[in-house]
Amino acid sequence: MKSRRQYSLRSALVHGLLFVLALYFLVPLYVMVVASFKSLDEIIHSSIIALPIVWTTAGWEKAWSSACTGLVCTGIKPYFFETMAILFPAMSAAIVIGALNGYLMSFWRSRSADILFGALIIGSFIPLQLFLIPLAVTMQKLGIFGSTFGLILIHTVYGVPLTTMLYRNFYVSLPSELVKAAIVDGAGVFKIFRSVIVPMSAPITIVAVILVFGGIYNDYIFALTFGETGKRPIMAAVLNIISTQYAVAEHNVNMAAVMISALPTLLIFLVAGKFFVMGLAQGSVKG
Amino acid sequence: MKGHFQQKLLIAAALTPTVLVAVYFIWGFGAATAYLSFTDSGFLPSKKLIGLFHYQKLFSSARWWNTYGNMFIYGGVYLLGCLSIGIVIAAMLDRLPKSAIIYRTIYLYPLALSLVITGLAWQWVLSPTTGLQHLIRELGFESFSFNILGSSEYAIYALGGAAIWHSTGLVIVLFLSGMKGIDVDLWRSAQIDRIPTWRVYASIVLPQLRSTLMTAIVLLAFNVVRSFDIVVALTKGGPGNASELPALYAYEFYFVRGKIGQGSAAAVVMVVSIMAIVLPYLIYELRKRKQ
Repeated sequence: MKSRRQYSLRSALVHGLLFVLALYFLVPLYVMVVASFKSLDEIIHSSIIALPIVWTTAGWEKAWSSACTGLVCTGIKPYFFETMAILFPAMSAAIVIGALNGYLMSFWRSRSADILFGALIIGSFIPLQLFLIPLAVTMQKLGIFGSTFGLILIHTVYGVPLTTMLYRNFYVSLPSELVKAAIVDGAGVFKIFRSVIVPMSAPITIVAVILVFGGIYNDYIFALTFGETGKRPIMAAVLNIISTQYAVAEHNVNMAAVMISALPTLLIFLVAGKFFVMGLAQGSVKG
Repeated sequence: MKGHFQQKLLIAAALTPTVLVAVYFIWGFGAATAYLSFTDSGFLPSKKLIGLFHYQKLFSSARWWNTYGNMFIYGGVYLLGCLSIGIVIAAMLDRLPKSAIIYRTIYLYPLALSLVITGLAWQWVLSPTTGLQHLIRELGFESFSFNILGSSEYAIYALGGAAIWHSTGLVIVLFLSGMKGIDVDLWRSAQIDRIPTWRVYASIVLPQLRSTLMTAIVLLAFNVVRSFDIVVALTKGGPGNASELPALYAYEFYFVRGKIGQGSAAAVVMVVSIMAIVLPYLIYELRKRKQ
C-alpha cells in the first residue's frame, strides 16, 4: 500500500515536471497566436496572455497582403511565393543529385571515399560566414548575384552534402542481395539504380524532403546576402516587416506575419513528425 | 574483370562533377576566405597580401574580445541548458507509455521553426513594453522591472535561453533513440533489486550513452558558432555590441563596414576555434569505429 502511494507520488512528480516544461515550450507560440488574432487596440490594452475578446483575422489579412517592408506595402505574399520559386527547384535538384551520389558512394567503399565523404559532411556544418565573400564574387562573375537562379544554385550546392549523406546511409543499410541478384542478371550500375533502388527509396525521400524543405525555407543568411532587394526570401522579409516602424507599432500584424512565416514548417512537423524525428536522428548520429 | 573496371570508371565519372562543385564551394571558398584575411581587402576583395595585419587588429580590439567571449557564455548556457533539460525530458519520456506523444510534439516543435522565428517569438515575450514585465506589472507589482534585452550584462543570456528553447528537442531526439537501444534485461534486474528509476538512469543508462552525449555536444557546438539569425532577430547584437556573436561581427565587417579583410580574419578565427574543439574528438571517434 505504502509503496503504491509512493509510486503514484513519483508519477505525479514526473507529470508535474513534464507539464511545467511544456509551458516553457508552449508559451512563446501561445502568446504569438493570441496576439495575431487581436485588434491593435486590444493588444495595447490587454495582457500578453489574455485570449482575444474579439477574434479578428484583420492582422493576418494585412500581414499577408498589405503590410509594409520599408515603402513597399505588399504584405508577405510575394516573398512567400518567391521563396517557393527558389525552394522547389533547389530541393528537387539537391534530392536527385544526392540520391545518385549516395547510391554511387554506397558502392565505392574505400578510405579515400570515407575521407571525401567526411570532408563534405564536416563542411556542411561550417559557419557560412567562411563562404560568403568568395560566394558573392563567384555569383557576380556568373552574373547571377541577387537573382532567383543564384539562390536556387546556392541552395542546391549546399544541400547536396546532406542529401548525399542521407541516401548513402540508407542505401548502405539495404540488403545487398538485391543488387547482387541484379548484377548477376547483367544489369549495369545505372539500370540497377533505376529499376531496383529508386522504387525502394520512398521512406528516405520523405525524410530528405522534410529536412531540405526546412533547411531552405528557414534560411536567413543566404536570403539576406543574395536575395534581390524587394524580392528577398521569407525569413529576411519577415524581419523587414517587423522592423518597419510606424507611429504605433502594429503588433498584431507583426505577430500574424511571424505566424504565417512559421506555418509551413510547423504544419509539416505536425503532419509528418515521425519522419522529421527519423531524419534528425539519422542525419545527426551517422554524420 | 574488365566490366568491373568500366563500372568503377563510370561511377567516378558520374560522381566527380557534383562532388567537385560541393568540395569547391566548401573547402575552396574556405581557403579563399583564409587568403582574404591576409590581404588588404576593404569594400572589395583584393589580392594584395599584407601579412597578419587583420589578425593583429582583431586581437587588439576590445569589441572582438567581448564578442568572442560572448560566444563562450552563450555556448556554455546553451549547451548546459539543452543537455540538462533534454536529458531529463528524454529519461521521463522514455518511461512513459505511447500516449505521451503529445508531450513529444510539444517539446520538439520549436526545432521545425527557423531561428529568425525563434528570435522574434522571444522578443515578443521578453519585450518590456508588451511582454513579461508588462504582464507582472499589470498583476499589481508596479515596480517590477525585467528588461533583459536592454541589459548589456544579461542580453546574452536571453539569447542563450531562446536558443535552448529551439534546440532542446534535438537532444531529446538523440537520447530517446539512444535509450531505445538499451537492454531490457537491465530493467528487469533493476526492478527486482528495487533500485529507484532515477538511479538506474544516472548510474547505468547514461554512462552507456556516452557517444550519444558526444554527438549532441558536437552538433550543439557547431550551432553555437553558426548562431547569426537568432542574434539579428532577438537583440541585433545590442544593447550596443553587448550581445554580439562572432558570426554577426564577421557579417557586419563584410557588408556594413566594408572591411572584408577584417571580417575574413574573424570568420577564420571562428572556424579554427570550433575545429580545435571538435576535430580531435572526430578523429578519435573515427579511429575507434575502425577498430
